[in-house]
Amino acid sequence: MTETTQMARLGAVRPTAEIVAARLKRRHNAERRFRAVGLGAVLLALGFLGILLFTIVGNGITAFVQTYVRIDVTFDSALLGIEGDTGPDALAAANYQAIIKQSLYRTFPEAKTRAEQRQLGAMVSSGADIDLRKMLTADPSLLGQTRSLWLLADDDIDMAVKGHIPRQQGIAGNRLSDNELRWLSELESRGAVETRFNTLLWSSGDSREPELAGLWGAVVGSIFSLVITLLVSFPLGVATSVYLEEFAPKNRWTDLIEVNINNLAAVPSVVFGLLGLAVFLNILGMPRSAPLVGGLVLALICLPTIIIAARAAMKAVPPSIREAAAGLGASKLQVVTDHVLPLSMPGILTGTILGMAHALGETAPLLMIGMVAFIVDIPATPLDPAAVLPVQVYLWADSPERAFVERTSAAIMVLLLFLALMNLSAILLRKKFERRW
Amino acid sequence: MNSQVTAHRPQGCAKVSARSLSVHYGEKHALQAVDLDIRAGEVTALIGPSGCGKSTFLRCINRMNDMVEGAKVSGSLTLDGSDIYDRALDVVQLRARVGMVFQKPNPFPKSIYDNIAYGPRIHGLARDQNELDEIVMTSLERAGLLAEVKDRLTESGTSLSGGQQQRLCIARAIAVGPEVILMDEPCSALDPIATAKVEELIDDLRENYTIVIVTHSMQQAARVSQRTAFFHLGKLIEVSDTEQIFTNPQQPLTQGYITGRFG
Ligand SMILES: Nc1ncnc2c1ncn2[C@@H]1O[C@H](COP(=O)(O)OP(=O)(O)OP(=O)(O)O)[C@@H](O)[C@H]1O
Ligand SMILES: [Mg+2]
Repeated sequence: MTETTQMARLGAVRPTAEIVAARLKRRHNAERRFRAVGLGAVLLALGFLGILLFTIVGNGITAFVQTYVRIDVTFDSALLGIEGDTGPDALAAANYQAIIKQSLYRTFPEAKTRAEQRQLGAMVSSGADIDLRKMLTADPSLLGQTRSLWLLADDDIDMAVKGHIPRQQGIAGNRLSDNELRWLSELESRGAVETRFNTLLWSSGDSREPELAGLWGAVVGSIFSLVITLLVSFPLGVATSVYLEEFAPKNRWTDLIEVNINNLAAVPSVVFGLLGLAVFLNILGMPRSAPLVGGLVLALICLPTIIIAARAAMKAVPPSIREAAAGLGASKLQVVTDHVLPLSMPGILTGTILGMAHALGETAPLLMIGMVAFIVDIPATPLDPAAVLPVQVYLWADSPERAFVERTSAAIMVLLLFLALMNLSAILLRKKFERRW
Repeated sequence: MNSQVTAHRPQGCAKVSARSLSVHYGEKHALQAVDLDIRAGEVTALIGPSGCGKSTFLRCINRMNDMVEGAKVSGSLTLDGSDIYDRALDVVQLRARVGMVFQKPNPFPKSIYDNIAYGPRIHGLARDQNELDEIVMTSLERAGLLAEVKDRLTESGTSLSGGQQQRLCIARAIAVGPEVILMDEPCSALDPIATAKVEELIDDLRENYTIVIVTHSMQQAARVSQRTAFFHLGKLIEVSDTEQIFTNPQQPLTQGYITGRFG
């Protein structure tokens, strides 16, 4: 037997154990190096994530509170311009700005010149009258009375209170004049300045005035868009993958389709936006800036991701399960619906949520279909014009006011929160589907 | 030839009958002009060296080869006289009549109950829940598994031991009420005790079903089968009563294989 003699000879020269032992140290070293590199990469990533979160939270956390100032407001019917007529229409149309101004002048009588009075009037937000209108329409008996009220402060005052604008007087080019800074200090010394939870951020749409600008319009727009995206892309994606994976003949055409789907996943999303503009808006005449169109465009972007993930998940279902079902006489469709789909559902859901998370953060394609418009109203249906969160971030990041800087970070935090919630739901859904066995 | 008992059984008419059956996998000629009759009410064992086409033949009978890309079947194969490869024949119906047990136990990742109820459900064999329960219980009973699992019907089928899983698969196959059961090396993943149980089960099932079993174990073929077919390189070399094959093979190739000179 030549083999055994060869083995014996090899063994005689150097036993296997010795050879292995000699290389063992190198192997262990390679392993250690590999682990160190991996750990380093993870730490680096965590570090960057930490920096990102730190700057965003540091910039944006103050946006969740808003400054209010307390002023004695007199509901003076002469100033309101509703002498004699206290019907609801008259109350709604009354000039509340005038009584706010008047109350401010009375609080700081030293403001005599028109310029000083204008500065004084600008300390309270131009949206503060909305609260007064609500109060008076709810309770007309307030007419003629004086109340001590907390009014929404202007964004520059808010910034100064939060420390984003210098408080020392006499700095050239400061957004707040020395007068305003003095009045603010005085209000503070009277205990008439307060920061409260920013409810407007969660209830109103966009505004030119930072202190009035809210995220809710964008949140609702994003929810509408994502619901449409999910409703379109999930069934379509799963059906496509089922067809391609289980029913389509394997030939050149299906190969071509497969290659194209993989390519679509890499197409810049702005191209999908142009497609949406051409097809949904110009040909089908759908409304501009609407979450319906946004959702459809995002669905196009999601589809390749979902299809690729779903096909991979379906490929991973063991053939023995398919054979077992087919062997019992299950039709092709029954094999798919009873076994392949349930078993691949965790993978399909992961792909779907990844695609949706991707869609949630998309901005460029939505700009193409007009979702960059300045929209104040909260959309009531997916057909109303709306903003979405990333576009809101983009719009606010572009605004010069200091107060929009913190709102931009706040919007990013909300966006990240949404992402985290979606990923959490993905994990929970997977758990649910996997725990069945 | 010390026993003629099995040679002239009354139920020994051909259930499945192959005439010059050939199978190609692309270029590969895996089965070459096989003529073979499988008799009703008997266990037929298919033996032969690895790659000789035993599984291929078996998978023709329930058209499992339809699922294989590039597989081409020619010649004729009939079940009770009607062509299995007739275009008009529905594979779903065929597979309800011809059940299969695979080499590796492959229970569904569902409860034990649902594993067995799946076949009856898709074929609509039970009119109500009671009938379905009945079918599940009798199938488990016949597969000799009932005593071991009757308190854990809602547990996953994959939580059973290998041998139990294989008997679960047999129970699942008989729950559909097939006429023929195909078994492709059903015991190759099992230990001797589990194997003995499955063999016992096969012997019990013989009364009511026509069974075709592929096996690599000569002893197993001798123990459970009444007829044995020996395949070699895609050809059927010899088929006859099991006793005859093991005591007095007619072909030198068969003799060489069963005496362990190759294979
Ligand atoms: N899907 C397939 N594609 C191509 N060739 C195949 C395929 N399945 C089987 N073959 C070939 O057909 C021949 C017969 O295979 P088959 O599986 O029937 O052998 P077998 O007798 O069952 O072997 P074993 O005892 O190892 O299971 C083998 O040469 C094999 O390589
Ligand atoms: Mg085989």
